[in-house]
Amino acid sequence: MSETPSRYGGFFTESPRSGILGWVTSTDHKRIGLLYLGCIVTMFIVGAVLGLALRLQLFEPGTGIMEAQTYNATFTVHGVIMIFLFIIPSIPAAFGNLLLPIQIGARDVSFPRVNLLSWYCYIAGAILAVTAIFSGGGPPDTGWTFYVPFSTQTTTNVNLAVSAAFMLGFSSILTGINFVTTIHRLRCKGMGWGKLPLFVWTLYATAWIQVLATPMIGITLALIFVERIFGAGLFDVAKGGDPILFQHLFWIYSHPAVYIMILPGMGVISEIIPVFARKPLFGYWAMALSSLAIAFAGSLVWAHHMYASGMSDMAIMIFSFLTFIVAIPSAIKIFNWVSTLYKGSIQLAPPMLYALSFIFLFAIGGLGGLALGAAAADIHLHDTTFVVGHFHYTMFGGTGFAFFAALHYWLPKFFARMYNHKIATLAWALIFVGFNVTYMAMQAVGIQGMPRRYYDYLPQFGPLNMVATIGSWILAVGLIIMFVNLWRGIRYGTPVGKNPWGGATLEWEVPSPPPMENFGAEDPVVTRGPYDFKGVIADEP
Amino acid sequence: MSHEHRDDTGARFGMWIFLYTEVILFSGLFILYAVSLSKFPEQYSIASHKLNIYFGGANTLVLLTSSLTMAMAITAIQRGRKKQTLILCCSTIGLALLFLVNKFFEWSAEIGHGIYPGSEELAAMGPGVTNFFNLYYFTAGLHGIHVIIGATLIGVVTVLVSKGRVNSEQYTLLENSALYWHLVDLVWIFLFPLYYLIL
Ligand code: HEM
Ligand SMILES: [Cu+2]
Repeated sequence: MSETPSRYGGFFTESPRSGILGWVTSTDHKRIGLLYLGCIVTMFIVGAVLGLALRLQLFEPGTGIMEAQTYNATFTVHGVIMIFLFIIPSIPAAFGNLLLPIQIGARDVSFPRVNLLSWYCYIAGAILAVTAIFSGGGPPDTGWTFYVPFSTQTTTNVNLAVSAAFMLGFSSILTGINFVTTIHRLRCKGMGWGKLPLFVWTLYATAWIQVLATPMIGITLALIFVERIFGAGLFDVAKGGDPILFQHLFWIYSHPAVYIMILPGMGVISEIIPVFARKPLFGYWAMALSSLAIAFAGSLVWAHHMYASGMSDMAIMIFSFLTFIVAIPSAIKIFNWVSTLYKGSIQLAPPMLYALSFIFLFAIGGLGGLALGAAAADIHLHDTTFVVGHFHYTMFGGTGFAFFAALHYWLPKFFARMYNHKIATLAWALIFVGFNVTYMAMQAVGIQGMPRRYYDYLPQFGPLNMVATIGSWILAVGLIIMFVNLWRGIRYGTPVGKNPWGGATLEWEVPSPPPMENFGAEDPVVTRGPYDFKGVIADEP
Repeated sequence: MSHEHRDDTGARFGMWIFLYTEVILFSGLFILYAVSLSKFPEQYSIASHKLNIYFGGANTLVLLTSSLTMAMAITAIQRGRKKQTLILCCSTIGLALLFLVNKFFEWSAEIGHGIYPGSEELAAMGPGVTNFFNLYYFTAGLHGIHVIIGATLIGVVTVLVSKGRVNSEQYTLLENSALYWHLVDLVWIFLFPLYYLIL
């Protein structure tokens, strides 16, 4: 992270301690945000390599590059890394930390030291996860869902893997507590609830889910752990336990967790769309409250993952109905983004391209989710690669693309340098095409009946699997170009001023990179809304 | 940090949210209890009678008293009585230790009777009883860990009080540890009747 000394360096140069210690002991929210960002991007790259390996194995029927056991371990580690180490912390921990205080006019979060602690918990979790792969009885092979009874009986290293997830949950809780408190307590003068940028609103809703749902996964994983160590047997029928209860407890967290994953992404999109359409966001309060509605309704639908595991018909009907209800606030968001675009003067800069493709991909994923939420269809689609396609559309096409959009939108702010737009557009196009080819093919072959988590398949599924694998290569090339371009951008890109996009939220009013404590001697006072573009113009390139 | 930022209300607010997370952590176990109780009502009652109510009752008294000493410690520090605060904090820690010692003897006795997770004697008593004791050990064990964490926290604050870093002007840390301690107490207040009393 070196900077040319002649240039103004903001928080990069103003730290009380210099060198690496200045980073790993810093309580500055921007430095912690960048620490998170570095780790999260690394984890994404590792996870993506594993995903590509999975696709490579599925290129043709038969044993290609791996045996069944290796395949099981690979999709488990891919899932664990992508869920717990990449997507849950991705936008909240990296961009939330970088931006939340600045956007509400605060100098830091409420508990800066707890914030640093959360990063250390993340690192501890990451170390445990990596150790789980290379030690004990070999990498875990349960799938990221750790379903009993298999997870309590397999000889692979599940103990360390669940401890890792436990630790990461703790890190996520600490971030959540910090954000809720910060948003309640540290808004600057004039920053009423109605003036909060929507990114902050979604972080607020997310933080509540993190706080309220994560302990449930904590206790569930702890039970797996004691079951494996002491034979506590709480999920073992022979000892009076019940394996279905595991699934309930697991999904009571893990369904809300998908909203931990998607809500901050929606917040990013709500920031980007108005700026590049040069229009105020359509339906501010509908957007703000629909985030809370999603957080609330999302905690009542967990059992839609269990239609095939044994439940009364009544329960199936109720959970199916509630699942359809959650789609409403998500649809409100989609319609409002589209209405914001209507008659706007749209600029197709790289962040906007990712934002627009987010809407498209998330809509496909969301509609697929309705197909799965309908119990009758789900009995057919359950545990097929349709499901895998569906959640990649929502999580990767949704949150993943929002994360890329955020990288393209905010990195020039924090590094005061701009990447190459032409290359960024090329990378985007490859990612978008590769993504759709890969996962559309997976959804299609899933509808034909190809099961998920299988390393081999019947010959009739051959053509579509081949298409999906070829798509994954296009995707991979796009990702490489994107990361290289961004890296070159933050290192050697053309210097830019404090407001290259013409944004109206507070972060665009402070210098780039923002100084330590964000604002000068005076606390900021806010007088206009976050999407009020009157008189705001982008810096000349 | 050039701007010394202090927000006591914020600190308490954060603590309350943290306490919610603890409640939810334990609620997972209470859900398991409720489901299993409805599945094995008779076996649960048989198993419950095997627990020694005197141990449980004594520990309830110990914890309630410790909550009282902790609440008094706050009043003491508000009035600037440092020595009294220290004494009260130390009594709380003492009571926490007493609780753990008591627990140790209780568990030793039960383990002596062959009642512990994974034991064959327990398995012979049938799935309902086994489930009761497995859940009991896990819930009480988790609670015990919380007692240790809480006592350690109070220990740290006590040192800070004696150094004058926590004083009548600035005692949020003491308040927050007291809140945590009350939570530990509260969990036990639910645990005790569910496992020892009502069945
Ligand atoms: C380069 C990008 C990626 C590729 C090529 C890829 C590919 C795959 C494949 C082939 C599977 C396994 C299918 C099966 O046999 O069941 C899979 C599973 C999975 N992927 Fe990805 N993926 C990628 C990115 C992501 C991202 C960004 C996320 C997260 C947010 C993610 C989350 C998951 C999860 C949770 C599973 C399920 C693991 C399990 O079954 O336990 N993947 N992926
Ligand atoms: Cu779900």
